[in-house]
Amino acid sequence: MDFDIKIPIYLQIMDRIKKDIISGRLQRGDKMPSVRALASELQVNVNTIQRVYQELEREEVVFTLRGIGSFITEDEEIVQRIKQEMAYEILESFVQGMRELGYDSETTLVALKKHMEVKPEWNY
Amino acid sequence: MELLKVNGLTKKYLTKTVLDNLDFSLEEGKIYGLLGPNASGKTTLMKLIAGVTQPTAGDIVVNGHHIGVMTKQVVSFLPTTNHLPKWMTIGRCLSYYQDFYRDFDLKHATERVELMGLNVSQKITSLSSGMLGRLKVVLAMSRQARLYLLDEPLNGLDSISREKVLQMILESVREESTILISTHIIREIESILDKVILLKNGQIALAGDAEDLRLTRKMSIEELYKEVYENA
Repeated sequence: MDFDIKIPIYLQIMDRIKKDIISGRLQRGDKMPSVRALASELQVNVNTIQRVYQELEREEVVFTLRGIGSFITEDEEIVQRIKQEMAYEILESFVQGMRELGYDSETTLVALKKHMEVKPEWNY
Repeated sequence: MELLKVNGLTKKYLTKTVLDNLDFSLEEGKIYGLLGPNASGKTTLMKLIAGVTQPTAGDIVVNGHHIGVMTKQVVSFLPTTNHLPKWMTIGRCLSYYQDFYRDFDLKHATERVELMGLNVSQKITSLSSGMLGRLKVVLAMSRQARLYLLDEPLNGLDSISREKVLQMILESVREESTILISTHIIREIESILDKVILLKNGQIALAGDAEDLRLTRKMSIEELYKEVYENA
């Protein structure tokens, strides 16, 4: 995994795990790799992965069974929540980018609609 | 828990002040980057903690002991210079280290020599700087130390050697051990650092958690480094 060193690494790893959960690459209830295994796979510090797991646990995306390991939530509501949160962030940066280009709400919508019609395979 | 504590540490060479009244501590289980350009005092600080040179004022406590025999047993130091006798073979170096250090893991070190693409029968004189760099890291990291002091471990290494060295450093982190890496090559190393200490003219210009700094300053440690030293 290539990191953008301007952004905290634990946030980038959290994002990747969330995307994998949303896309189904990681299944609900799956056991997560151990902290050491994931650190070695991604070539980062063990403490960084510890932070990733702590934060994911705080957001209830994973839960830990003492002595057994960390597991992905089985709660569909939480998965839907993180999906919405990630969509919100993408939309926010899109809208902000459009504003900087001088688009207002209406012209942004028109541009978006047009873009989606030109590329019909793209669905949101 | 605190593994190292530095109080009012000052080092002068004749009239030149290299370290100026430093105070800081290192926690267990973390990887620290000691960053700064040439002549900022990194090597002097490393040498003082390793106990190979004496402070002008102030003191250093490692694992509850002042610098001396007790701390040298738990501190593994990788100096920038080539400290290995030229006539030795790699195998001889390993047994040399085993003689010196009770915590040296010969079996592990022998495995790592091979993993690094080296051979125990090679002589030190025949090694390229990249190979020597790899060997030095193998020797330093094969001790079961509490504190590892790695002074410029990436200097003079090609990108493949750097990657191998970083990987070995990462694999060696244990909960009770701390690694202090000095470097001015930040890009490749910054993703493995927990915390950074930036030295400038013998003082701490900035210290903190690497991830928190990225978050609050919205820049990489490398960019932060440039910002701190450009205004010098």
